[in-house]
Amino acid sequence: MKKLHYSELWCSSPRYWGGLAALAFVILIGLGAAFYMEHNGHMVTGMSNQIVWGLPHVFAIFLIIAASGALNVASIGSVFGGPLYKPLGRFSGLLAIALLAGGLVVLLLDLGRPDRLIIAMTHYNFKSIFAWNIILYTGFFTIVGLYLWAMMDRKGIQYYKVMGFAAFFWRLALTTGTGSIFGFLVAREAYDAAVLAPMFIIMSFSYGLAFFIITLMSAYWWASRELGDLRLVKLKNLLGVFVGAVFYFTLVYHLTNLYITQHHGIENFILLDGGVYTAAFWIGQILIGTIVPLFMLYSPAFEKNRFAIAIASVFVLVGGFFQLYVIIIGGQAYPMTLFPGKEVVASSFLDGVVASYTPSIPEFLLGLGGIAVAMTLVAVGSRMLKVLPESLEDPEDECV
Amino acid sequence: MRSSTGTKWFARLFMGGLLLTLSMGALGESSVIPGSKAAGLDSCVAPTAEMRRYHMLYLTHDRNATVREGRRDIKNSLAECVDCHAAKDEQGGYLPVNADGQFCESCHNYTAVNVTCFQCHRKIPGEEHSHPGSLTGGSENGAGQTFGLLLDAGKAPSLTPEEYKRLHAIVGRED
Amino acid sequence: MSKQSDQPDMKRREFINKTVLAAGVATVAPGVLLAIAKAGGPGTGASSDVRWGMLVDTNKCADDCTACVDACNKENGIDLMNRPDGQSEAMWNAQRPQWIRKVKLKDRQTGEITNLPMMCQHCEFPPCVDVCPTGASFKRADGIVMVDRHICIGCRYCMMACPYKARSFIHSNVEHQTERAPRGKGCVESCNLCVHRIDYGGTTTACQDACEKDGHQAILFGDLKDPDSALSKALKQKSSRQIRADLELNTGVRYTNV
Repeated sequence: MKKLHYSELWCSSPRYWGGLAALAFVILIGLGAAFYMEHNGHMVTGMSNQIVWGLPHVFAIFLIIAASGALNVASIGSVFGGPLYKPLGRFSGLLAIALLAGGLVVLLLDLGRPDRLIIAMTHYNFKSIFAWNIILYTGFFTIVGLYLWAMMDRKGIQYYKVMGFAAFFWRLALTTGTGSIFGFLVAREAYDAAVLAPMFIIMSFSYGLAFFIITLMSAYWWASRELGDLRLVKLKNLLGVFVGAVFYFTLVYHLTNLYITQHHGIENFILLDGGVYTAAFWIGQILIGTIVPLFMLYSPAFEKNRFAIAIASVFVLVGGFFQLYVIIIGGQAYPMTLFPGKEVVASSFLDGVVASYTPSIPEFLLGLGGIAVAMTLVAVGSRMLKVLPESLEDPEDECV
Repeated sequence: MRSSTGTKWFARLFMGGLLLTLSMGALGESSVIPGSKAAGLDSCVAPTAEMRRYHMLYLTHDRNATVREGRRDIKNSLAECVDCHAAKDEQGGYLPVNADGQFCESCHNYTAVNVTCFQCHRKIPGEEHSHPGSLTGGSENGAGQTFGLLLDAGKAPSLTPEEYKRLHAIVGRED
Repeated sequence: MSKQSDQPDMKRREFINKTVLAAGVATVAPGVLLAIAKAGGPGTGASSDVRWGMLVDTNKCADDCTACVDACNKENGIDLMNRPDGQSEAMWNAQRPQWIRKVKLKDRQTGEITNLPMMCQHCEFPPCVDVCPTGASFKRADGIVMVDRHICIGCRYCMMACPYKARSFIHSNVEHQTERAPRGKGCVESCNLCVHRIDYGGTTTACQDACEKDGHQAILFGDLKDPDSALSKALKQKSSRQIRADLELNTGVRYTNV
């Protein structure tokens, strides 16, 4: 193979600074929305005592899951020994850090008391999976940082394999932890399922790779660098596998629930008469997030069509967003069954009725701000660090 | 270098001295608001210098004792601080103890430390104190006005020896 | 100070390094020491010799009566909170704190109507305590499950985890509180079995008092560990159960006739 040359991403100044200015604007609006929510309290949001985690959490968990999945490409290069993926490792590490930072920004700014962040980092209840997640997130930054150093610095090359394995297992732990936030809850019928942890892992593979493809293609278009078909085809085929795997886990989750009489209510809700949640599931997750991307990724008509690959990746992300919306918000909207066999006739606390939730604008702006934070970190990181190869053209001695 | 002479050096010295003198003023004066119950006392719970330095430690320690262990017979009750240090306005109603120009802000404004206690805790003395164990009267039916430490703002303070011993905190003493 | 060579002055660098290091240690050290010093000492207060619980007789719970709810709101200062300007009634109802609520049930098969108050069940194995990342949600030695709102960060995970939807989040600034029930924006709270009464030797909760006063006597509060308490005797006589007993949380609040 020809020797690879990494260099900072260079594009014309107006384009770069204009792009950064746009991102900074979105971030500023997001911060303003966060301040507005913190200053007035959550009464300005659509969240209530029924739906306690709303749109910001959907964005945050989406970004956090995608972050660990984005590291997949680097892991394939170092842990599983895929030579064509190795040049993509550095960018994969950068993207992972950036996405996690964006997700955490949204999560932390939505706390009821974000001024108590120091308390969150110094008081730990080790039985709480949430506390473990805080440790896993901060550790992720450290480990991926070291992994990047091992990939980039000649002095660190000796630690490359070790850091690769460490990062791989750490991110599996992190995503398992994120899935377990829901999986460990006995209270709600939509959660309380062990399958949620591996399902989140496979979701992370899918969203992370979709993010990776989109940002890689964007970066190379931005800087007018060459990106060969071979690698892109490999990436897209892998994305198709992951999308199929997510569909498999969704199938298992729902089939199991359909078998259990106790869970017929929640299945009815999600699959048939949940209103916006049913629409989000069938149209958002299944149609836009699974069927259309699979078609576009595997159909011979779109082979090597870059536009199709990009659109398919975006659809995967949109579908993933809706999937999380159904899990997080739909799972809360469906009432808990405190009194099996009895119907709740009246309650001031909305027992027994499907809770309503209308996302508010500040929540949406905060979520967008998080995505902008991630993209800004990627943009600045690619420009300042040597993470992207000069050229990713296909090597001559390999065929597609 | 030749920095021990010259205009710049003298200017710096002058500014430093000026700031120091100004801050001495702030440190020296009392933060107790005239018209509050505490204005009638020299010091009560602990000597003033100790209170200034350690009041946050007393509060942090005792809040854990109260909330997590359920111990209510602690020396340093936030509610009693409010009872004593809240001042009244012209109409005779209580002003929030953390309002601008009032007790907390008179020091905390200068130190630039945010007082978040009163985001949750009551800012003015309560009309009824339903817990019999507190010093503040314990009148269940709210008959008459309980004034906390003092029965009347005009009278000289008098504490029984037990009350004084109870309120008088000593740094480091475990109780 | 004369320069003998053109190499950087290492003494100056070392000085800056050491100062920054010392400053860093000085900043971090108090936090470390505070964490260690929180050992806590002996004292009176809540003891595990006692376990507070409650028995609700749903047959005695009256239709359309909200005496317990009103009493709880008054006792804990919840009635001092008002709907924010411009907010809809529905949204206010969904966001305002409710420590206790009345629930009216109808059996799907037989049509039987049941009324009962629902509040924090003070489980022996509370899911809310397990999931709280900072340990703010805790179970006291005497069995009362409550939130230490000094360290609550408002993440609402306990609200997700509670099988009884007992917890409430404060969505707006709170201007007026009672002394015995501090309340502020951004933290989570729930029924604490009138701990401000209990700690001073009280033996009844506000909801029990109100229910007695109204003549229904559906709520009975007491010490589960004391075999001579009215509560323990009532539990021996009547057949009672936990709500969502299959979760095996061993709740402190029990119900009869439901």
